[in-house]
Amino acid sequence: MAQIVLQSNNINKRFNDPVTVEVLKNISFSINKGEFVSITGKSGCGKSTLLYILSTMDTDYQGDLWIDRDLMRGKSEAQLARIRNEKIGFVFQFHYLLNEFSVLKNVMLPGLKLKKYSEAEVEHRALERLKMLGIETLALKSANQLSGGEKQRVAIARALINDPIIIMGDEPTGNLDNKNSDVVFDIFKELCDEYQQTLLIVTHDQSFAARTHRTIEMADGRIITA
Amino acid sequence: MNLILLADIAKSLLLARWRQSLVAAIGVTFSITMFIALLGFMNGLNDLLDGLILNRTAHVRLYNDVKPNQNQPVNLAANFKDGHNFIQSVQSNGAKIEIYNNAAIINTLKADTRVLGIAPKITAPVLYNAATIDINGTVSGIDVIEENTLFFFSDYVTMGNALDLKNVNNSIILGLGVAEKLMANIGDVIQVTTSKGDRLPLKVVGIFQSGLKDLDKVQSYASIATTQKMLGVSNSYITEIQIKLKDLKMAPAAAKEYAHLFQIDAEDIQTANSQFETGSFVRTLISYVVGITLLIVAGFGIYNILNMMIYEKMDTIAILKATGFSGSDVRKIFLGIALTIGFLGGLLGLITGFVLSLIIDQIPFNTAALPTIKTYPINYNPVFYIIGIVFSIITTYLAGFFPARKASAIDPVIIIRGK
Repeated sequence: MAQIVLQSNNINKRFNDPVTVEVLKNISFSINKGEFVSITGKSGCGKSTLLYILSTMDTDYQGDLWIDRDLMRGKSEAQLARIRNEKIGFVFQFHYLLNEFSVLKNVMLPGLKLKKYSEAEVEHRALERLKMLGIETLALKSANQLSGGEKQRVAIARALINDPIIIMGDEPTGNLDNKNSDVVFDIFKELCDEYQQTLLIVTHDQSFAARTHRTIEMADGRIITA
Repeated sequence: MNLILLADIAKSLLLARWRQSLVAAIGVTFSITMFIALLGFMNGLNDLLDGLILNRTAHVRLYNDVKPNQNQPVNLAANFKDGHNFIQSVQSNGAKIEIYNNAAIINTLKADTRVLGIAPKITAPVLYNAATIDINGTVSGIDVIEENTLFFFSDYVTMGNALDLKNVNNSIILGLGVAEKLMANIGDVIQVTTSKGDRLPLKVVGIFQSGLKDLDKVQSYASIATTQKMLGVSNSYITEIQIKLKDLKMAPAAAKEYAHLFQIDAEDIQTANSQFETGSFVRTLISYVVGITLLIVAGFGIYNILNMMIYEKMDTIAILKATGFSGSDVRKIFLGIALTIGFLGGLLGLITGFVLSLIIDQIPFNTAALPTIKTYPINYNPVFYIIGIVFSIITTYLAGFFPARKASAIDPVIIIRGK
């Protein structure tokens, strides 16, 4: 029996402004450890909205969400921040690196916040991850000196720094050309195959979705195929 | 440590916009500089003006006033003791202004721990005789050494030596106005006539300038012995005891106590000079108001710059939150930025304020009324510096509080989706 990493039970969300629109309707599914799952669907079907609920950043919904068998309902903002820090790694469509810091520091920040390891250890772990992604030579560069593909790889390294139980991506290849998209996909694939890393990626790129273990297809706020 | 990490992030954000941060800090620096210089100068001036009165005035003065006797004979008569007696046209009795048994009073006062020093004094109305004219005036008989330690007498002696009053027999120090009228210089001998008609030649050993021109036109000083000789009285005769207390605020209570104890008139400095405290208070109030206004203006500058920084750093805040920093972490980061600006700006302001005070202290300020003052007066009281730095931190904290709260409330989802 595989270990369930993330489970959603009847998640509903509606926007009330200006008129009530049901964005998500009865979303129920679960993800097992080591799975590489993609969520696809047309623009506006609610897939990004769902991801932000699953990532704990959006708390305005009905239904239950368990991450690592821990119910998210009723947790304070600081507790949720702690869960994002410890258990979830993020990769966004736009790289979202902090330009004030070097590449290495960008990768280290969530690790320093977690305080599980000393600063020297966090630095070592950050370099390890950069090396794994083949960009250790960029470590001391400033974030805004990097190309788009390089930035996305740094963002993946940052997502990995605290050994999260799940990595979530919101169109991580949406802003990259085909070559870099393939590089990013290969990294995800490698993480999944070699390190049993669980991944949940929102994408509208059908060829990307087709290569993942499992695709959840959404339309009009419902799951069509899981 | 979490705080160290947050401080590190705050530092990076601060340095990333170092020009804006510098402008904000300079705003604080400028206001603290002006605050320090203004308060130092105003208080220096206050001290100077207060000193004009305080340095020369006894805290408590014991004397016999010329006034009607409270115990009229009718009150003592047994027949009328129980009634209320109306007496018309009561006259002051003989001008017995001598303080009786003054040696005992002085000994008692010297034993009192509240008393800093005592200076006996004789006031004698005289006529200065110059050729055919007589000029009205007053000679004060003083103990030069006591008068010097308690009331800085020699500061006001602009020509000659104050101590000659004690060392030279039958000597006098004239007020500048008196000396000008008499055409008298140091070494000259002048004639003085007392109210009883006795005439005595006195040698001029000095000229003094009090800063009050009218006073200098009538006032002169002689030693106690010379004045006693001039008046033809015994060597125990004095008309006034001047007391300087360790704490000025004790004066009214002490005056009341001495009046009762010695059966004498006692006047305290607060009653005698109530107007000068009001002046000092208003001047200090104005300088504080101006200084704090400057700080509030600087606070608005910091508020603006932080607000702008938060709009620019929306993405940074969103990503910090997405990767596990809580709202209170973000708030601490921005408060840290504000307090750093306030503290460094304030510290620099203290230094430049001190330097500005030093410069003002060097500007020449010569006035006939104040012979001992050569440059503008400055008060370097450390309390102003402490108030300055505390206020700069409080203002910047308040200026940073609202932007920081706004930053902590930013919803990362809106920023990240909004792209």
